[in-house]
Amino acid sequence: MSILDLAGANQATISFLTGYGHRLFSDDFMHQLDECFGEGDFYANQANPLMSGKFLDTALGFGDGLFDGALVWDTLQFLANPLLQTVVNKLHRVLRPGSSMLAFFHAEERVETIPTYSYRIGDHRTILLQGRGRRRPAQFFNNRSLEKMFQDFESVKFFLTRDHLREVIVRR
Amino acid sequence: MWNRRKEDEIALKPASAPPTPSVLAKEGIPMSTLPSRTASESHVETHRGQAVLGKSVIVKGQIFSREDLTIDGEVEGTVELQEHRLTVGPNGKVTASVKAREIVVLGTIHGNVETTDKIDIRKEAKLVGDIRTARIVIEDGAYFKGNIDIVRAEAPKPQPAPAPKPQPVASAPAPAVAPALAAGAGDHKR
Repeated sequence: MSILDLAGANQATISFLTGYGHRLFSDDFMHQLDECFGEGDFYANQANPLMSGKFLDTALGFGDGLFDGALVWDTLQFLANPLLQTVVNKLHRVLRPGSSMLAFFHAEERVETIPTYSYRIGDHRTILLQGRGRRRPAQFFNNRSLEKMFQDFESVKFFLTRDHLREVIVRR
Repeated sequence: MWNRRKEDEIALKPASAPPTPSVLAKEGIPMSTLPSRTASESHVETHRGQAVLGKSVIVKGQIFSREDLTIDGEVEGTVELQEHRLTVGPNGKVTASVKAREIVVLGTIHGNVETTDKIDIRKEAKLVGDIRTARIVIEDGAYFKGNIDIVRAEAPKPQPAPAPKPQPVASAPAPAVAPALAAGAGDHKR
């Protein structure tokens, strides 16, 4: 299988996924966001069509149906609309039918900033989270807004985990 | 006189000065047979059995090496070290497809990378391109973007023992047909 991982390359996830014989495409999505929109107002820059176009080409310049799975972690929380919906639509295209995508969303709604993490797969039961500071999210999500965002996908499942994280598994 | 001439020759030709090309041309010595490296000419030097491209060296083209190579300058093109190790130093910037037995990255590589053994990406390194390798080690802090294909060399399959050839069976003599008993002998006919 070919897996897309947007957490940034780390030894644990690479060893886990390649140990199963899977192919892994790895990129640090948050690093790409900061590179493209970090100068000035982070969310206002995302509304700039030129900057968002360059970002999409750099960060998600894949052909259709390339991946059998995607690990987007908590990155979608830091995308403002319309870029957010564009990215979700792009993820829908790059995934093969029947494949799954994992995303995390912070469940608390009345906070200014939310913690961000570096995600590593320890084993088939364990995901290791390493704190990377706090950031202001673009918006807060509830189940209804997530269902609407992933409306083109076949199914959306929600799980509430520790640390106020909503785990979402979406099926293409 | 002989001694004095010899002294004059020694005085005229100090041992430390290398022969200049014009002198060599006069003496009919082809320059190509002489070692061409001088301290002022090249920044390529061998060190402990491996070649090094210093940080002021820029190479555009193809590099083939039959020894370990360290790149601390800029290389654009292709780099091939079939059975050796490539080290991209902290100042090294390689924009090339790279093939080696082993690669250690402390600087930057933009390009696809293929190793038969291992690639080691250190914490300040940056690698953008696809990796095809048997093993990968990546430190926290390194930046990598691309595909990772782990290709493990298959253990040679044990050759099945050849099937024993069937031994020709020695043909047993055909049992002699018991001669018919002579009439009357042993035959009881009723």
